[in-house]
Order: sequence, then structure tokens, then C-alpha cells
Amino acid sequence: MGSYVLRRLLQMIPVIIGATFLIFAMVFGIGDPAAGRCGERACPEAFLVQFRQEYNLDEPLIVQYGLYMAKLLTGDFGESFSGLSVAEELINRWPTTIRLAVIAVCFEALVGIAAGILAALRKGRFLDYLVTLSSLLVISIPVFVVGSLSQLVFGIRLGIFPVTATEGGWFDLLLPGLVLGSFSVAYIARLMRSTMIENLRSDYVRTARAKGLGPGRTVGVHTLRNSMIPAITYIGYDLGALMGGAVVTERIFNINGIGGFLFYGINTKDGTIVVGTVTCLVLVYLLANLLVDVLYGVLDPRISHD
Amino acid sequence: MTDPSGVAVSEFSTPPAGEVREGGQDRQEARSLWSDAWRELRRNPLFWISVVLIVVLLTMAVAPQLFTSTDPRYGDLAVARQPPSAEHVFGTTSQGYDVYARVIHGARASILVGVLTSIGTVVVGGLIGLISGFYGGWLDALLSRVGEIFFAIPLLLAGILTFYLFPPDLEDPLILQVLTVVGVLVLFGWPSLARLMRGAVLQVKPNDYVNAARALGASAPRLIFQHILPNAVAPMIVVATLNLGTYIAVEATLAFLGIGLRSPAISWGIDISLASSIGLVRAAPHMLIFPSIFLTVTILAFIMLGDAIRDAIDPKLK
Amino acid sequence: MSDTLSETDVARGESSWTPTDGRLLDVEDLQVEFRTRDGVAKAINGVSLHLDEGETLAVLGESGSGKSVTAQAIMGILDTPPGFITGGSVRYCGTELLTMTEKQRREIRGPEISMIFQDALSSLNPVFPVGWQIAEMLRVHRGANRSDAREAAIRLMERVNIPGARQRVNAFPHQFSGGMRQRIMIAMAIALDPAVLIADEPTTALDVTVQAQIMALLAELQEERRMGLILITHDLGVVADVADRIAVMYAGKLVETADVHSIYAAPAHPYTQGLLASIPRLDQKGQELAAIGGLPPNLTRIPPGCPFNPRCRYAQDVCRHDPPPALREVRPGRRAACHFAEDVLADSAREFDHPHHVHGDGGEERR
Repeated sequence: MGSYVLRRLLQMIPVIIGATFLIFAMVFGIGDPAAGRCGERACPEAFLVQFRQEYNLDEPLIVQYGLYMAKLLTGDFGESFSGLSVAEELINRWPTTIRLAVIAVCFEALVGIAAGILAALRKGRFLDYLVTLSSLLVISIPVFVVGSLSQLVFGIRLGIFPVTATEGGWFDLLLPGLVLGSFSVAYIARLMRSTMIENLRSDYVRTARAKGLGPGRTVGVHTLRNSMIPAITYIGYDLGALMGGAVVTERIFNINGIGGFLFYGINTKDGTIVVGTVTCLVLVYLLANLLVDVLYGVLDPRISHD
Repeated sequence: MTDPSGVAVSEFSTPPAGEVREGGQDRQEARSLWSDAWRELRRNPLFWISVVLIVVLLTMAVAPQLFTSTDPRYGDLAVARQPPSAEHVFGTTSQGYDVYARVIHGARASILVGVLTSIGTVVVGGLIGLISGFYGGWLDALLSRVGEIFFAIPLLLAGILTFYLFPPDLEDPLILQVLTVVGVLVLFGWPSLARLMRGAVLQVKPNDYVNAARALGASAPRLIFQHILPNAVAPMIVVATLNLGTYIAVEATLAFLGIGLRSPAISWGIDISLASSIGLVRAAPHMLIFPSIFLTVTILAFIMLGDAIRDAIDPKLK
Repeated sequence: MSDTLSETDVARGESSWTPTDGRLLDVEDLQVEFRTRDGVAKAINGVSLHLDEGETLAVLGESGSGKSVTAQAIMGILDTPPGFITGGSVRYCGTELLTMTEKQRREIRGPEISMIFQDALSSLNPVFPVGWQIAEMLRVHRGANRSDAREAAIRLMERVNIPGARQRVNAFPHQFSGGMRQRIMIAMAIALDPAVLIADEPTTALDVTVQAQIMALLAELQEERRMGLILITHDLGVVADVADRIAVMYAGKLVETADVHSIYAAPAHPYTQGLLASIPRLDQKGQELAAIGGLPPNLTRIPPGCPFNPRCRYAQDVCRHDPPPALREVRPGRRAACHFAEDVLADSAREFDHPHHVHGDGGEERR
């Protein structure tokens, strides 16, 4: 187990280096690194001089990268054109986005898994068709459409939820959280249903029945444990991916989280914000992946006990 | 990373254990797999629904003038923000555009992005997966690492970053702008298909008939196209079809965020973005609803098609 | 461990089941069908079997002959749908099982009748330690606590000769070899000291040497516990040493039943004859193995007449039009379902009793 974790950690290092280098190279290696840093206008000369110095643009690319990474690791994500410290802004905005992601993940886990299990157990009956068809429909609606429409219906027409969530309280974030999790909830329901159906037909479930175990143990212990592995793994990845996906939801509901910050950066053409936020989100995503891989090893002994 | 990412809809990309089709398969069997699959497909109503929808959408993309003669770029501010009426069946936008004409003409961008990106990822990912699995060794290690790096950046973030840094030129014709979007999505989308292909190659390669063919002096391309490809192509088609919907959604999402395709190009994502400012949602919800329905139905059609093909190839999961 | 809880104390509960005249199982005219989209497959078509205490019954047949389905129907673990028991009776110690509630049946599965399967790797749950899976039997059926059940599991693992049982009790199935995994299945199946053990192709997936060890273990356990053993296999070679009686199945029906010696000496059904001729024999080196030509019938479309007739060298018009006779006594203790059983018997007696005469020498040269 220990060696498995270590191996995963070591395998992750080149990926992290590669991914950050990729982003770095796109920003600094191709084209004009100072483009799109200063809003709609061209950058003033003084800014360019300072910019070249700050990012060591006179050094070779690889040295630039090293110095850039060293900055990132010390938490220096640069300053926006309007003088905001990107790192500080990110730290201030994390709690909101995390709250949003937590709501989404809880929604996915509870509703998605439950729906998938029920559909598998009632395979071929009404409930199964209900889950299968509704998840098919939900998976087809892009999150920004779900967001805009539910804002229209629940926020504006019915008035159940606040139309925007600028304050970022738990209740304010409830509707945006459900919206953010909508794709995954449907995906997990489908995933859970198909793994569950497959496992219910497995030899070891037949063995469980041959052991004289009741349906509670056969399904609850012998089928569920195995069937949860893909869904839990997916939720783990999603926790990382959701933070990025939040840019859409936060734009629609006007939320002051990380995603809202990224959208602000895009809108005001502030490259430091865009690059810093994207890098940060990719790192979070990779970290979540690493945790999931470790978790996967814990859940499935076949992976880690070799 | 052992499992598909959040973006790609690919329940297929890690074949479930025990699903390993045993050896002794050759083209004959691959062919009978297809005729079996076709028989299954034919009796699946979802398949026919999706085929009809896709044919309609393709026609819309190729020849929008068959559906409407209204110019989607003709704005008449005198009739702005009108709810659906006999003259404007889906109403008009805040610029006085006819929503119905916009929606019909918007199909082209989405369909082009979806179809071309899927083809692109299949070609690039398939080729890299083939090389990786077939030759193994350092080449495999290298390609797999590179794939992991591109896979590590979620598609949406990759799109945001790239189009922020290198925005498509609004002066360019639509096809060029579309190709830029396609290029970026392929660049970050190929690894899931490469992994799938590599897995399929590794599964087929140790079989006796492959060794026999090799011993008889079959060349590498012959081995690949005679034996490996027919066995690997089915899951690729399923995943590519399912992903097609995802790519359309990502393109629309980027347009919604104001990057990628931008006005004056006509796309559902752009129109939804324009319609979704809070004031407009209140005043002219039809501007939001109709493009949303078209976008959703398009994605739904491709996901249903992918589902139907998967069920036909692998009836176990039904 | 104190003396108060020995293995048998934990294992042997109060059994209210006692066989009358040593008869454990009585299966009569069992009918099973599978309802699929492509039609109804008659998987079992009137099978009658019985099993006594301490007896080993081998059920022999090709894959698809219905032998595993029979076992699953007896156990009550048939997948429904698509499988349905449409007729017949299964009595355990004189009590009908098929009319019992699922809850009553569960109290029989494990403590009274238990089963092991062909592929131990897929039949053991991959995410639980083997000891836990064995102990689960005792915890669920006997209400044993965690530590007692674990100790019992270790003793059971020792009993089936797993080296280092105490150290390996927490290991997972994939960490064992094929033979060891099958031993774990066996330990699990005998945990509650059942009266009947059904072994469905227990050695098919194993190496030949390991096969012999597993068969020896089964025979030993049976002897020790006076279990009735139903051994399902397609391999005549496996059963020769351990079985008392043999029942041969074809297309969902029994075609021949006999004690093991007489069947080897002279099969009375053409199908059994074919099976026997297809085993490699040391004394027939160099001779071509006679495989049975043709394929078993598709169970959704069983041909009219005797289902074996397209592959049978004795087939006459009557076999092609009329259903085969029911199992009938052809000699004392021997029953076959064939119009020409006497002819078959006579031919087999010539062929199988004196192989040297028939095939002569010279095998060595032909190599």
C-alpha cells in the first residue's frame, strides 16, 4: 500500500511539470506574452518594461519556466493590471467556490448513486426507465443551459431561490450548486446503474446467494461495495473538475468565487488573472486526481496489493 | 490517472473486467459482430429516433435555406424582443433578429465542431494509440506520458486558456474559426481515444493468430489493419459518438463565456449567451429557450446514437 | 483459544434435518426453462436424481447440457428471470424445497446444502479478505462474533491445507494461486458442515496436478463428514476415482445412469459411448481420439425425435420421429434413455472390455 502511494506520487510529478510547462509555454513561448494583459488598450511602455523584468523574458525559455514555477510555489501568482494580487484574490474567493463544489458533490453522490442503484435493482421496470431517460436528458443539457433556464424558472418565475448569489451564503448557493452538479448527477446515475447491473450478474454475487445470504447482504455488502468504486472515483475527479466548471455557474449567478474571477479576467482582458486562475485550477484538478488514485487503491485491493 | 476525466463521456474507455473478448477472433468474427450489432440496432427505437434527428440536423447544417428564407443577420430594431408570433414563430431577439432563422443557421457551427472534432480525435488518438500499443517500449512510454499531460488539463480550461491567448480572428470565414476551435479540442481531446486504442491493441496483440500472422511474415501495417483495427474500432466509434455531444457542449460553453466563436458568427452558444443576461431572461425568455432546446436536442441525438451502438455491440449492459 | 469453542461447536448448529433411509436429496421430473428474447430455451426437461448420505454422484455432460442449471435449481440460486422452474420437485430429507419461501430456503443454503463453483477467482468477492468471506458464513448463519468466526475461518483454512493460514487470513483472493483459491471456496462451503455439497466443475480451471489434489481433498472431506457430494463435470477422467454413481446429461435430459464401474466397462447410451471414446487412454497410444461429431442442439430449437439423433451412429427412423424412451432399466442398476440401449451395450462390451484385442499393437511405431 505504502509503495503504491509512493509510486502514484512519483508518477504524478512529471504530469504536473508537463502540464504547468504546457500552460507556461502557451503563454510565454508562443506569441506575445504581454498580449491581452492590459484590457482593451495596448500596454503602456512602462508596464512592458516591468513585465519583461518580472517574468525574466530576457532569459532562455527553460530558465523562465524555472523562475516562474519558483514564484508559483511561493504563492506569487502575479498582479492584475488593475493592481489586485491574484493569489490574495484566489485565497479570498476559495471558500465560496468550495462551498459551491461541496453542494454539487453531495448532490451528485446522494442523488446520482441512489438513482443508479434503484434503476439497477428495478431493471426493466418503470423506475429504471424513469432514471435512464431523465439521466439521458440531463446529460444532454449543457450546464450553462441548465443554469440559465433554472435561473429563469426557479429564480425569476417561481421566486423560490435568489436570482443571484453574490453574497455566497449556503442557501444562496444551493441552486447554483445543484446546477453545477447536474451533468455529473446524471452521469453517475448511468455509471452506477451499469456497474451495478454488471456486478449483480457476477459470479461472486451468485456465491453470496449460494452462501444463503439474504438480499440485504447480497446487494448491500457484496454488490454495493464493488459497484461504488467507479462512482466514488468519478466523484473524486469531479471535485477537481467542478472548480473549473464553476466558471459557467458563477458567471450566471454572479458568484464571487474562483470561476467568477476567471470570467472577470476574461471579460476585462486581464491575462495575469486568466493564466493564474487556470494554472491554479489545473493544479487543484491534478491534486484531486492524485487523491482519487490513492483512494482507488484503498477501495480496490487488486490495485494496490501487488 | 486510472479513469476517464470529467469531461469525456466515456463509460467505455476502461473495458470492464471479464469483458475481454477471447482470442480466435479474426475479421470474419469482427464482421459477424457487426451484423449482430446491426440486427440489435434495427430493433432499438432510440436508434431510429436519433438517426432521424441527426439527419434533420445535418440537413439544417448543410442547407439552412431549406428551412428558412429569413436572413439571420437582418436585424429590424422596430420588432425587437417580440414574443413568438405568426410572423416570427420563435420571436425576435433584442437586436430584432428572427430567432427561428438564427436557430436554424446556428446548427452549422455546432455540427461542424462536433463532427470534425470527433473525426480529429479518432484519427489522432487512434493513430497514437496504435503506435503506442503496437511498438511498445520507449515510444509507448513517451506517448503515454505526453497523453497524460494533455489529459491533465480539463477541456474547458484548456479551451478558455487557448482562446484567451489566441482568439480566432473575427474577420476570418466561419470555417476557419471553426477549424481553430476544432484544433484546440483535438489537441486536448485525443488522449482518451489513444488510451482506448492502446488498450485494444494490447488486448489483441498477444493472441495466437496475430503471432501466427507475424511468423508468416505479415508486415506491420497488414497486422494493424487486418487484425487489430477491426477489433478496436467498435469501442472507438461508441466513445467518439458519445464525445461528439460533449464537444458540441464545450464549444457552446466557450461561446457562452464570450471566447471561441464570437459574433458575427452564428452559433447557439453565442445566442444563449446574449439571451442570458438577467434583464433579457426576464423580458424575452424565448431568446433563451429556443436555442437551448436545439442545442440540447442535438447533443441528446448523438448521445442516444452512441448509447444505441454501445448496447448493440455490448448487449450485456442493457 | 479455550476449549469451549471448538470448530464443530461453532460450525455444527442444531440441525433439524435427518435423512430417512439415508436419502438426502430427491429430485423428480425437474423442468427449467429460460425465457429470452430469442425464444424459450428448455434447459432442463424432466431430470430425476437422488443422493444418499456419504455418496458421490457425478453429473456428466457437455457445456449447455443443463448440468449447472440443475445444480442451481437445486440450490435455488437460478437467475429469475430469465430462468424459471416450471415443474417437478426437489426434496431435501423428504421436504419439498420448491414450495418453500425464500427465507426458509436461505436457512438450507449453506448449513445443509452448499456449493462450490468452477472459477474461484471470479466466485470470490475481490474486495474482501478471504478469511472474512469464510467467517461470514458463521456470522450470518450462526451469529458467531467477529473473533470466533475468524478463528473458525483460520481452522477451516488449515483443514483444507492452506499453508500459513493464520498469516494469510486477511489476504485477498487475487493474492492466492488457483488451487489455493479453490481450497478457500471449499473451506467456505464446508464451514457449516453441510450434508450435501455440490461441486460445479471444481477443477476445470486448474492444472492437472492441482486437479488431483483438489479431488483428493473433496474425497477426504466427504469421507470425514459423511457428506453427499454432487460432482458436476464434463471430464470423465476426473470422476473415475471418486464417484459412486454417474448420471449423464444431454440437452437437458438424463440419458444414462449407472454405477461408475459398469459405465466405464460398457456404456449403454451412444452419447456416453462417444464421451468415453474421447478420453485419451494410455493403452491406446497412437490411436486417433474419437471426438463426437456435430454440436449439441440449440435448446430453443431441439430437433424432433431424440435430441442426440443427428450425432448418433445408431440412429434409425424411429429416433428421428419419436421422442426417445424414458430412462429404462437395461440391466439391474443401469438405466438408459435409448431405443437401442441393448445393442449399444453389446457393442461397448466388445470395444471397452478388450481394447487390446480391438486395436492391437503397433501404436509405438506410429509415433
